[in-house]
Amino acid sequence: MKQLLEGSAAIAEMVKLCRVQVVSAYPITPQTHIVEQLARTISGGELQAEYVNVESEFSAASVVLGASAAGARAYTATTSQGLLLMAEVLFNMAGLRLPVVLTCANRGVSAPITIWNDHQDAMTVRDSGWLQLFAADNQEAVDLHLLAFRLAETLRLPVMVCVDGFILTHAWEPVNLPSQAAVDAFLAPSAPIALLDPARPATLGALAEPDSYMEHRNRLFEAVEGSMQTMERLQQDFERQFGRRHGPTAGYRVDDADVAVVAMGSLNGTIEEAVDSLRDDGQRVGSLKVVSFRPFPAAELRRDLGTVRRVVVLEKAVSMGSGGILSAEIRNALYELPSRPMVKSHVVGLGGRDVTVRDVREMVLSTREDAPLFFGLRQPTAVEVS
Amino acid sequence: MSTAVSPGHRACLGCGEVLGSRLALEAAGPNIIVANATGCLEVTTTSYPYSSWNMPWIHSLFENAPAVASGIEAGLKALGKAGIRVIAQGGDGATADIGLQSLSGMFERGHDVLYICYDNEAYMNTGVQRSGLTPSLASTTTTPTGTTSDGNRLPKKDMVAIALAHGVPYVATASVGYHKDLQKKVQRALTFKGPKYLQVHVPCPPGWGYSSSSTIDVAQKAVQCGLYPLVEFELGQMTSARKLNKRIPVDDYLRDQSRFRHLFTGAAARQGIEVIQAIADANVRRYGLA
Ligand SMILES: Cc1ncc(C[n+]2csc(CCOP(=O)(O)OP(=O)(O)O)c2C)c(N)n1
Ligand SMILES: [Mg+2]
Repeated sequence: MKQLLEGSAAIAEMVKLCRVQVVSAYPITPQTHIVEQLARTISGGELQAEYVNVESEFSAASVVLGASAAGARAYTATTSQGLLLMAEVLFNMAGLRLPVVLTCANRGVSAPITIWNDHQDAMTVRDSGWLQLFAADNQEAVDLHLLAFRLAETLRLPVMVCVDGFILTHAWEPVNLPSQAAVDAFLAPSAPIALLDPARPATLGALAEPDSYMEHRNRLFEAVEGSMQTMERLQQDFERQFGRRHGPTAGYRVDDADVAVVAMGSLNGTIEEAVDSLRDDGQRVGSLKVVSFRPFPAAELRRDLGTVRRVVVLEKAVSMGSGGILSAEIRNALYELPSRPMVKSHVVGLGGRDVTVRDVREMVLSTREDAPLFFGLRQPTAVEVS
Repeated sequence: MSTAVSPGHRACLGCGEVLGSRLALEAAGPNIIVANATGCLEVTTTSYPYSSWNMPWIHSLFENAPAVASGIEAGLKALGKAGIRVIAQGGDGATADIGLQSLSGMFERGHDVLYICYDNEAYMNTGVQRSGLTPSLASTTTTPTGTTSDGNRLPKKDMVAIALAHGVPYVATASVGYHKDLQKKVQRALTFKGPKYLQVHVPCPPGWGYSSSSTIDVAQKAVQCGLYPLVEFELGQMTSARKLNKRIPVDDYLRDQSRFRHLFTGAAARQGIEVIQAIADANVRRYGLA
């Protein structure tokens, strides 16, 4: 049954249904509503779990690392500055192969400080070994959390579910929340392994000398890259049980398109509206949503974009000194095709700048190859100039 | 500009923190550089392209104001610029939690910096979550009251003792309820070389749940009931402790604040208040406030 819920509340409810055993988090806008609801759920006795209030994100990440190593199903949420402060722990957690799930309520990074949405936070830790899934709406956000716990525990890899800050976390949408029985049928009620167990003493976090470090890193690389197969299998399971599917990519009116607009996260709702309006004008335009950024769906992109002439990437993060990050990876994937579409990148929506249907239409219709990377920059105001 | 912090900022009506900072920095006088941690004080005063700050002022991150201030002090020294005083300021979360490591380093290295903590007893900027300086049994959004919880289970972290344990030459507490005392302490602090720690109690109307016209009254009650002792330590010795000339029971302080409302209802109502009264009584004995 559908319920009208705030995105954060829906996510917290799903995390509860996933029977997490340890939650540790540090407040940061716009993640707070998620963890505040979990705190209420636990103090109200609705969920038997430990809620650990810590003094920084560094400690939040470290607490869930320890809890997961001890065998508990562990969860945290953060964004922006908090995610960056966790960075050292995130790389460590992936290397230790701990199945933690983290919600990133995506937000831009400082300076200048912003509390509003873009993807710079998550993209900055893309090389850490975490799987990264981007939700386009709140149903997808909720479903991806359930999938994330199953993926994490199946693969023994940490999974980050990226949810656009405010745009999704604070939006009220009708969401289908599965029953506890349905969740239990998809996700075993407790985490499968305790690495730290006196019955089987094991050393975690050993020193690797030059003769073994590369092999360890290669094993992590293969695990993350190879996770696409597991993702495919679990997506099928999920679809069979719940009738919904979430990627790794999803096309919209793209099969016969000349131009494909590609993006991650909530931008896709706006893009699909723009596609409809462009189709009404007789343009052969479609779109493709990238749900899984890690593992990167290179084969899927070659399949989905192999026949279009032009790919327009709308991205909410930038690599300073290089350019768009998503577009660079898409170009990399498409390079293997015998005939390759043009790929044009537009950096949009940084720090919460609105992206409208009209903006998307303009980016699709403009064929200027030398258009500036940042779309829609404004002139300085009088106060700024003075 | 005659004031240190210009009006027109976005702080709430009755904000104790912005008032506290204005009073403190005006007392500090000219020739200062300020390093500010992330928090309400920074967010409400610096919406680009505007700023309320009438001195050189930098905000870097939430957890690093003491280290940034250390760097400013080192830079001034390297440049041979004498006579400029460095002040770092942040909220209770910035000070006692996420920035404590950075503050400890600044204390230990002995930087000539006045650190001011504006203690509104929770993470207000993000919506009233518990911090290390949240008092016992206060309800916050991460220590909500519920069937398994009476609010914050943990005691307020003793930052004065932590600063003293570092050998910080000047350590004091103050309150926006007693503005002359606050300003006197800032000026006294700046007569010392090396690190200085000043913790100012700054009530927060929306975070504590009281009427925005009562900030000064609430601040004074916190002092007069013994929960916020105003003390001063110079070179490790206590040199002043404000006597409670109008001592009141903690009830009179707690009653007006919705963060303590749960302590006044239900079967076990008095228990929590007694716990808090015992904390006040211990302060009175410890610092000789009676
Ligand atoms: C690394 C990091 N984590 C979290 C935040 C979010 N954050 C900004 S201000 C703040 C709370 C500030 O609390 P406090 O220091 O007590 O100052 P107040 O706002 O109460 O004055 C938090 C949690 C951040 N900016 N950076
Ligand atoms: Mg505070």
